[in-house]
Amino acid sequence: MLLHGDAELWRVTLLTLRLSGTATLVSLAIGVPLGVFLGLARFRGRSLVVSATNAGMGLPPVVVGVAVSLLLWRSGPAGALGLMYTPGAIVFAQCIIALPQVIGLTMAGVMQLDPRLALQIVALGASPAQLYMLLVREARLGILAAVMAGFGAVVSEVGASMMVGGNITGQTRVLTTAIVLEVNKGNFDVAIALSLVLMLLAYGVTAVLTVLQQKGRHV
Amino acid sequence: MSTSRGGLLGTGRPVIQVQDLSVPRGGKERARVEQLFLQDDEILAVMGPNGAGKSSLLLAIALLIPASWSSYRLLGRDIRAENLLNVRRSMAVVFQDPLLLDTTVRDNVLMGLLMRGVLRDEAEERARHWLDKLGVGHLAARKARTLSGGEAHRTSLARAFALEPAVLLLDEPFSSLDVVSRVSLMKEVRPLLRQTSTSAIFVTHDFTEAAMVADRVMVMESGVIVQQGTPKQVLASPATPLVAALVEFGRVMASMLGQ
Repeated sequence: MLLHGDAELWRVTLLTLRLSGTATLVSLAIGVPLGVFLGLARFRGRSLVVSATNAGMGLPPVVVGVAVSLLLWRSGPAGALGLMYTPGAIVFAQCIIALPQVIGLTMAGVMQLDPRLALQIVALGASPAQLYMLLVREARLGILAAVMAGFGAVVSEVGASMMVGGNITGQTRVLTTAIVLEVNKGNFDVAIALSLVLMLLAYGVTAVLTVLQQKGRHV
Repeated sequence: MSTSRGGLLGTGRPVIQVQDLSVPRGGKERARVEQLFLQDDEILAVMGPNGAGKSSLLLAIALLIPASWSSYRLLGRDIRAENLLNVRRSMAVVFQDPLLLDTTVRDNVLMGLLMRGVLRDEAEERARHWLDKLGVGHLAARKARTLSGGEAHRTSLARAFALEPAVLLLDEPFSSLDVVSRVSLMKEVRPLLRQTSTSAIFVTHDFTEAAMVADRVMVMESGVIVQQGTPKQVLASPATPLVAALVEFGRVMASMLGQ
């Protein structure tokens, strides 16, 4: 099956990559600014937000699945959007899973910088947007770790995708949910093949990011 | 405030004029200055022991930390909340540590220029010129984190001079260097400021440094100015026992260095 490039296998793999990739990108778009802010700002209640973020890094995907299901259910608060059992629902749930990882690791990366570096950048004449870009650049190692952790978390989760996506053939079936299904059917050979593809995908993306991260560390 | 200003107000065009400046930091007032002025081409040293509020004062003048004032004019123009970015872009700050960005030496100098809207070609030219001037031109392609302490300080100074600021603010720029690099850099900075007609405020806890670099010394203790004058005036009649101690220590150091 692997060797012959089964069409269904390709479709599931590409969908997995697309959904988890989108979820990772969206969580980066939201999480990196929040992480930079939390890494720099001092305000009342900051430690509360930080501990909530850290707790969120261990949030069980299946619990996220329950919460998103309740939200998107036809009679739920966001039921009118008709997102339940769609790829959009999976992306949404995976964003929630990845977000604490992205915020937490970005924050840790920014906090490792010299606290006066931000002052120096402002003193060079940076606008707020330029300051943000330069800090992200300086904290890039931590942020790449955030990308890897975020993508790793969502590509391997099964609970939320199963619950809010429904594992519909050709629509919301991703690698993890397909594996569960094949094992339930007793098709261990297919399950093993899919597992190999999932591991290759997770490893491949992490490998590319690791090369990016390590590049420039050595002079 | 007991001051011995002795004709120091001069007639030069004022670059900085601040009235009733108050700098809060960490819930208490770190510096309170009734009047602070800096003339065109003047080099002012703010001297005092650790915790005297010198750095807070400098960062407030640089508009990098919150402060209040009844009037703050830079080059004759009032500073308001809506032009803070532009005002900051007419100054440059050198900190105690070089605080270089994790990129090449050249890019470190280019960064501020490009952010201030200087065109690429001119920025490259100015970066090259100033790196050469500070003796680190041959390191332009090196990663900043591979530099020695002295080289990093020179890069940080080149980065500030390349911005061609109306005022250069230096916060103990030599204090983390070894004596040899420190003395050689101190000797270079004054001529560079003079050649480029750059006004500067220079924070130090060392009277020798103040005397070598500055035209005028302002001594701070516990957040307030206790004395102002030329280095000679301060040396001749220190206003408080603490100023006397700082000056005396400087004198001993100077004689040891053969200055």
